[in-house]
Amino acid sequence: MNRVWMRQLTGVIALEWKKTFLSRRGWWVYLLALGPVGLTLLHTLVMLRIQGSGRSGHGVPQDIQGFAGMFELYYLRLGIFFGCLGIFSNLFRGEMLEKTLHYYFLTPMRRELLVVGKYLSGLIVALVLFVASTGLSFWLLGRHQGAAWSEFLQHGPGRSQMLWYMVVAALACVGYGAVFLVAGLFIRNPLIPAAVVMVWENLNPFLPSLLKKFSVIFYLKSLCPVQMNVPPPLNVLVTDTDPASAWIAVPGLLVVAMLVLAYAAVSARRAEISYGE
Amino acid sequence: MTNRLITFGEVSRFYGEVLGINRVNLTIPPGITSLVGPNGSGKTTLMNLMTGLIRPTRGDIRVLGVPPDRPEELGRIVGYCAQFDNFPKGLTGYQFVHSFLRVRGMSDAECAERTRIALETVNMTDAAQRPVGAYSKGMRQRIKLAQAIAHDPQVVVLDEPLNGLDPMARAETIALFQQWGAKNRHVIVSSHILHEVDRISDQVILLSHGYVVAEGQIQGVRSEVKDQPMQILIRCDRPNALAARLFQQDHVVEAKIHPDGKGILLRTTDADRFYLLLNRVVLETGLEVESVAPADDDVNSVYQYLIGEGGTV
Repeated sequence: MNRVWMRQLTGVIALEWKKTFLSRRGWWVYLLALGPVGLTLLHTLVMLRIQGSGRSGHGVPQDIQGFAGMFELYYLRLGIFFGCLGIFSNLFRGEMLEKTLHYYFLTPMRRELLVVGKYLSGLIVALVLFVASTGLSFWLLGRHQGAAWSEFLQHGPGRSQMLWYMVVAALACVGYGAVFLVAGLFIRNPLIPAAVVMVWENLNPFLPSLLKKFSVIFYLKSLCPVQMNVPPPLNVLVTDTDPASAWIAVPGLLVVAMLVLAYAAVSARRAEISYGE
Repeated sequence: MTNRLITFGEVSRFYGEVLGINRVNLTIPPGITSLVGPNGSGKTTLMNLMTGLIRPTRGDIRVLGVPPDRPEELGRIVGYCAQFDNFPKGLTGYQFVHSFLRVRGMSDAECAERTRIALETVNMTDAAQRPVGAYSKGMRQRIKLAQAIAHDPQVVVLDEPLNGLDPMARAETIALFQQWGAKNRHVIVSSHILHEVDRISDQVILLSHGYVVAEGQIQGVRSEVKDQPMQILIRCDRPNALAARLFQQDHVVEAKIHPDGKGILLRTTDADRFYLLLNRVVLETGLEVESVAPADDDVNSVYQYLIGEGGTV
């Protein structure tokens, strides 16, 4: 990549940060990301208090299972999903609504590079927020276990589990980010495709095996180190499917995200400024 | 030579079923060119087409030889101060100009230097560190202008650039246009302030309902409007005597003595015959003529003749 392209790319990222991510408008995304950290901190404090009063709390296996549930139900299905919706769909749609996209389109920058720059600026924010939040929540969740949790993290499978959760969170940002950037580029109201994707992703456990594979969450769940136990009576509706291997899930998600972005880049080249007038 | 021109060949642009412009053929040389026409006549469509923000439905456009489907090349040679009064949120005036120079791929040092020059040019140095959101309408207009010219483009396209400017700023901005025009650059301006357009334009393009009604130097355009008698103001010492001779001519439609009694406002269908007659009258009667000047070869008159009162400019 030549020097001018690098400057243009860093220029877009710096500008996006200034006008979007460091502004007050994005506060709810920070809340989505930092909410579980606050909850796990609260959980730790409550458990420490319970243990301090002489009553026995739960053990490490329960915390591991609890995190698996929180990760799947909150991070994947809500936090990262809506966080990416807020971050990525606004990269183009927000500029169209504010009638400022023409400033970019009037520069001698390849539109493909603009798509990449905007995507990277969103991805950096999403990764910093959600990957850090995932790691921090996991680290905090079992602090009340004291030495047992430290042992689990340092010499047991804890560190590996934490890293895998962070990888899954990162891949979720990569995948949903690409999908929502495209939605924001083409669709006037990105909430509509977001609702469709959300319903599809949430129906995933109950779909037949073949259909399950046409979703992002199937591959993300396959990579999770601990699977969440579906409580009865919902468990009878869940169809069993072999999880995808990491060798398929990781490159698969990356390739799909790249293809979606490539489509966005090609379309951006033909895009016109029409602010709906 | 064509690489010095902006050309439109049979260009049409439709928004669904709504006409933007239709079958426009234009050749715009360097200098100041004004686009004049009522609201909805196609001025902004024409500007958006030549800056590549929209594409033609039909026809061919070249801006100094560059087609609009090569936005990277077009972005280098064109600066556009669009009508949208919107700015990216949270930026100061300095950051606004500097950031988009950075997006153009310039080094930090070059961005800083060009930003400084552009801000000085539009007299915004003192307000540069304030957020754009806190600017007055005139300041917003000037910072947009700074952003449009900061990369030193060959073609500057300005949609209503004088809107919101106070008289002083307006005079300074017009002087800038004249400087750029004198440097053989293209300055394309749309404005509804017709007497100012008249003063600065090298050529005018009159638009109505998506069609080009007339183009060229304003005097040339006026002389082509045959169905409207020419108005000529003659300042002389004996206007009554001149009026008596004029009324005998079949090409004279009307002759009015000026309220100060030192001139005649004449309307004639044949200006050449009038000038011959005037020479004869001067020789025969010793009439002292102070000045003879066309009174309706300005943009305002041509606009009224060709487009009429139907729309607001």
